Amino acid sequence: MPGIACMRLINTRLIRTSWFRMAVGYAVLSIFSVTMLFALLYWNTAVFVAEQTEETIEIEITGLAEHYRQAGLFGLTEVIQERSKGQRLSLYLLTDPNRRPIAGNLNAWPPNTQPGEWLDFDYQRTIGSGQVEHRAHARHLILPGGFHLLVGYDVQDQVRLERRMRQSMIWIGALALVLGLGGGLLMARHWLRRVDSVNKTVSDIMGGDMTRRVPLSGTDDELDRLARNLNNMLDRIEALMNGLRQVTDNIAHDLRSPLNRLRTRLDVTLMQDVDKQAYRDALIQTMRETDDLLKTFNALLLIGEAESGLDRSRLEWVDLSMRLGDVVELYEPAAEEAGLAMVSDIEPGLGVRGNPNLISQAIVNLLDNALKYTPKQGAVRIAAGLGEGGGPYVLVADSGPGIPVEDRERVLDRFVRLEGSRSSPGSGLGLSLVAAVAKLHQATLSLEDNHPGLIVRLQFPPSAESVSSSGIAREKPGRRRRR
Amino acid sequence: MRILIVEDDKDAASYIAKALKEAGHVVDVADNGEDALGIATDAHEVMIVDRMMPKMDGIQMVEQLRAQGVATPVLFLSALGKVDDRVAGLQAGGDDYLVKPFAIAELLARVEALGRRKGTPETQTRLVCGDLVMDLIAREVVRGNSEIDLQPREFKLLEYLLRNAGRVVTRSMLLENVWDYHFDPQTNVIDVHISRLRGKIDKGFDTQILETVRGAGYRLHAPD
Repeated sequence: MPGIACMRLINTRLIRTSWFRMAVGYAVLSIFSVTMLFALLYWNTAVFVAEQTEETIEIEITGLAEHYRQAGLFGLTEVIQERSKGQRLSLYLLTDPNRRPIAGNLNAWPPNTQPGEWLDFDYQRTIGSGQVEHRAHARHLILPGGFHLLVGYDVQDQVRLERRMRQSMIWIGALALVLGLGGGLLMARHWLRRVDSVNKTVSDIMGGDMTRRVPLSGTDDELDRLARNLNNMLDRIEALMNGLRQVTDNIAHDLRSPLNRLRTRLDVTLMQDVDKQAYRDALIQTMRETDDLLKTFNALLLIGEAESGLDRSRLEWVDLSMRLGDVVELYEPAAEEAGLAMVSDIEPGLGVRGNPNLISQAIVNLLDNALKYTPKQGAVRIAAGLGEGGGPYVLVADSGPGIPVEDRERVLDRFVRLEGSRSSPGSGLGLSLVAAVAKLHQATLSLEDNHPGLIVRLQFPPSAESVSSSGIAREKPGRRRRR
Repeated sequence: MRILIVEDDKDAASYIAKALKEAGHVVDVADNGEDALGIATDAHEVMIVDRMMPKMDGIQMVEQLRAQGVATPVLFLSALGKVDDRVAGLQAGGDDYLVKPFAIAELLARVEALGRRKGTPETQTRLVCGDLVMDLIAREVVRGNSEIDLQPREFKLLEYLLRNAGRVVTRSMLLENVWDYHFDPQTNVIDVHISRLRGKIDKGFDTQILETVRGAGYRLHAPD
């Protein structure tokens, strides 16, 4: 019983698929067109043959009537007797006014005949030693003197042909129906199986397993393309989720300890019996620390936002050259104050699709770092132009201590501050934000050696809009720098 | 100044009210948008409006006020600090947008700047502070008898300070209004720009008009 129930379930599921309904539709349509085709063929053939038969009979009956007029009854009888010999398909019967046969190859006058009318009747035909019933088509004529003449034709072959055609039609129709339904069921099952695999994946994912992906059949058909798109969407969702999770993880992990420090100080201050000034100092210190906490918090939110690419759909055209110029102008006095030579070499008219605020923030962070780590008499260079691949690049170089090769990957992670830089202010999030902004813009961030110092290079991907003034952006095929 | 605070967090509202009273202002408080619409009068020179409130949020409230033709400057307070959020606030009819949490000095400076806005038309062509005169049409700055040569950005910086002459202007206000940046760089970039400007407009003169206000920002100020 469960087997039957299961079968029925599968069948109803199959029947309810759009593929099956479509297949049934096509089957009906093909049966209809086959029927139409056959009907046309049948009608044309049958009518043509029948017309020919009638024509033959007509000619013969006219000839015989003429002969009767010229040669009289005797002449006609003679001709009919002559023609009735042997196994001919033509049928004749000449009778006197009382329908008694005079000559011909038919034994009896068929019933229900009207003079001058066409009629169909069955007669017994002698084939070999036996008698077989055959169908005949004939015409009845009354000759002058009241004699009846019946001239006909054996149409048994036509009847047989028509019957066979009808049978073929039924068979072909049945075959089309079976093939249509069967094919439909097969296609529906195939479709259902593949859709089921998608459904299975989706329900697994809804069940919490975000790592599942829809399997591809490898045929690159529309279902594969659908599956690939679904998988891409899932990758994206997973990346977004991971980004958000990372933000919360980081907030939990890295804000707890400073909060704890803060709380402990307040605790200890309350425990001690200190003077007003000491309370004041503790409060000021606390305020300073909350400000730092907030900066970290904001930076984390911004990084999370950039990393998960939440705003990727809202990227706009950014005049990179202008943004860079603004930042350089903002930092130039500070660099001079710090005893640094600031050189800028920015090609005009560069642009990228991006988030203008985040791009500015990233460049500000790079310059912040450069100014922070470069000793007096040093140099900071900011340059921008078109890279090898055709996309614009931004480069910030300093003559500071640089970053050892082995630390270059690590320093892009959050909160990583290298030994020796712990005394200088900063949350350790500056470069992480730059990395996140780079990722959002599909740009490559690389750290190189400036002998001495650090070169931070942001290479944006080429786009149709990389250069607004000239068309050289698209001449070379895009080549990605290795990460 | 008479100031209306619309903030559903009663503690926060009372602290802000206290700080404003301390600074010599008269303060009314409403804890939701609907009540605020009833309280708001022409007598208020500035409204401080929290963006997220029950019943009617700050955006709706300000839109309604603006629809009624009330032009009182509005300072939005919000925990939503993205550029889009800021734009939404300003589009609704807000005049300034301050992201929570903020320093009280920052709030006071912005409220003062907004309060003055009612009096000085943007169309003024001459800005004056003591013997410093800025001609906005000729784009010339003269102090006493000597002409002062300024870079375009320095001109913009001085213009903003002049429009807010006598009031404290914070570093974020300068970054937002002169550079259009809505984040704080870690380097003291603004201080350096100010000291350059100071070198041009104050150096060699008897009275110093551009002063630093500790813990808050800067003030352009002509001694009486």
